[in-house]
Amino acid sequence: MGLDRVSCSGLAKRYGHQRALGGVDLELRRGSLTALLGPNGAGKTTLLGILSTLIRPTGGRVHYHDGSAVRDADDRLRREIGVLAHASLCYGELTGAENLRFFAGLYDVGPARVDELLDQVGLDERARERPARTYSRGMMQRLALARALLARPSLLLLDEPFTGLDRSGAAALGASLAGAKAGGAMVLVVTHDLEAISALADHVVVLRRGLIAHEARRPEAVAHADGGYRYDELKDLYHRFAD
Amino acid sequence: MTSSKISITGSRTSAGAAAGRTTAGVPLLRHAAAVAWKDLRVELRSREIVYTTGFFAVLLVVVFSFAFTREPSAVAGVTPGMLWVAVAFAGTVGLGRAFDREREGDTMRALLLSPAPRLAVFFGKATAIAALVLAVAALVAPLLALLLQAPLFEEPLPLVVCLVLGSVGFALVGTVFAAMLLRVRSRDVLLPVVLYPILVPMFIAGTKATAALVAARPDVAAAWYWIQFLGVYDALFFGISLWTFESLVIE
Repeated sequence: MGLDRVSCSGLAKRYGHQRALGGVDLELRRGSLTALLGPNGAGKTTLLGILSTLIRPTGGRVHYHDGSAVRDADDRLRREIGVLAHASLCYGELTGAENLRFFAGLYDVGPARVDELLDQVGLDERARERPARTYSRGMMQRLALARALLARPSLLLLDEPFTGLDRSGAAALGASLAGAKAGGAMVLVVTHDLEAISALADHVVVLRRGLIAHEARRPEAVAHADGGYRYDELKDLYHRFAD
Repeated sequence: MTSSKISITGSRTSAGAAAGRTTAGVPLLRHAAAVAWKDLRVELRSREIVYTTGFFAVLLVVVFSFAFTREPSAVAGVTPGMLWVAVAFAGTVGLGRAFDREREGDTMRALLLSPAPRLAVFFGKATAIAALVLAVAALVAPLLALLLQAPLFEEPLPLVVCLVLGSVGFALVGTVFAAMLLRVRSRDVLLPVVLYPILVPMFIAGTKATAALVAARPDVAAAWYWIQFLGVYDALFFGISLWTFESLVIE
């Protein structure tokens, strides 16, 4: 069983004199997709870095709530976190399949899952046996998504996941996110592509200058019935609070 | 339903810090081997580090062999220095490139995000770098023996142990500093500046041990003394690396 809930209280991060986050309170819930919006430099990537355990906050706390009390807390926590970052986080000299097999070894995931994911993200037989450095931006993004989903994480953190994807890639990503959400994962997506994320999001957080400028959560029943936000609704929220 | 909490606080990444430890050694070794094998596989495919460091080391030895006299007494004096300077310079070139690769796709982050113990990542990287440095040494030593008629292989066992311990020491210290400087813009300039002062005792011990072996009358006892010093140096930096690596790679 994975994580149930992630909560942050008073989360702060400073880089020297520069404030990246100024005290963020946030709760991510099982089976929900949070759209983290905000202008450049708002602290979105820093927040993702802290949640992924790669950045140490200078203030505040993050609690990863786990339903099972018997789990080993250390390395296995990271097994529950899938990250899709700006960079591909994949090795250019290795083929797509080799990249996934290598990371599958680190995540103790079997080879069947590698093939399943390569099919799911739409990398065909020829593409998966090519060195990743020969991939287009979109193909690399698909491979990066497959890497993030390897261990069926219960917390999925995605930074601009729609960048470089064509229509079919964006649709496959949307389906993967909907699948992860339906499977009970907590999904946090940093994006400027409001159109792509609007239908999937049931929780919107607008970050501005390191602080939450606005937060809205759809009641579960409404989110299920409507399937998320409307594009114009999200656009309006963004322009009211982020600009 | 009972609920356990794993928390990250402002002062300390408790989950992250704990992640550096592992209760079982087997997963650590397995993950370290996977990381090392991945590095060697990438290198076998591109042969970038092997070619550049190999070429650089051969060039150094050839230049040295023309620059210095080949009288037997002079050879015994300059060979140890040539060997270890070639290993140091070529090793630094290889070390920088090995970590540049991790920067290109931000793959170091992927390694640190994985549930593999962070020490496994460290050991894997250090093992691959040690293998590359040892390959350079294995190229340079016979070349020196050939070009300078240096009696390097009169006592092969202590020489091999000396080079292995030297390569391991270089890899341990180099991996810590290269990982620490991964996100620093002027890392290419800074790496040798911060690395060499720490490596000075290792180079002194390696040079002394080699000098004892190539002397007109080889002093094997003296060579083993300096080799033991290398062993202590490696053990010391092994401990320091275990202690510092995770805190150096987490922002």
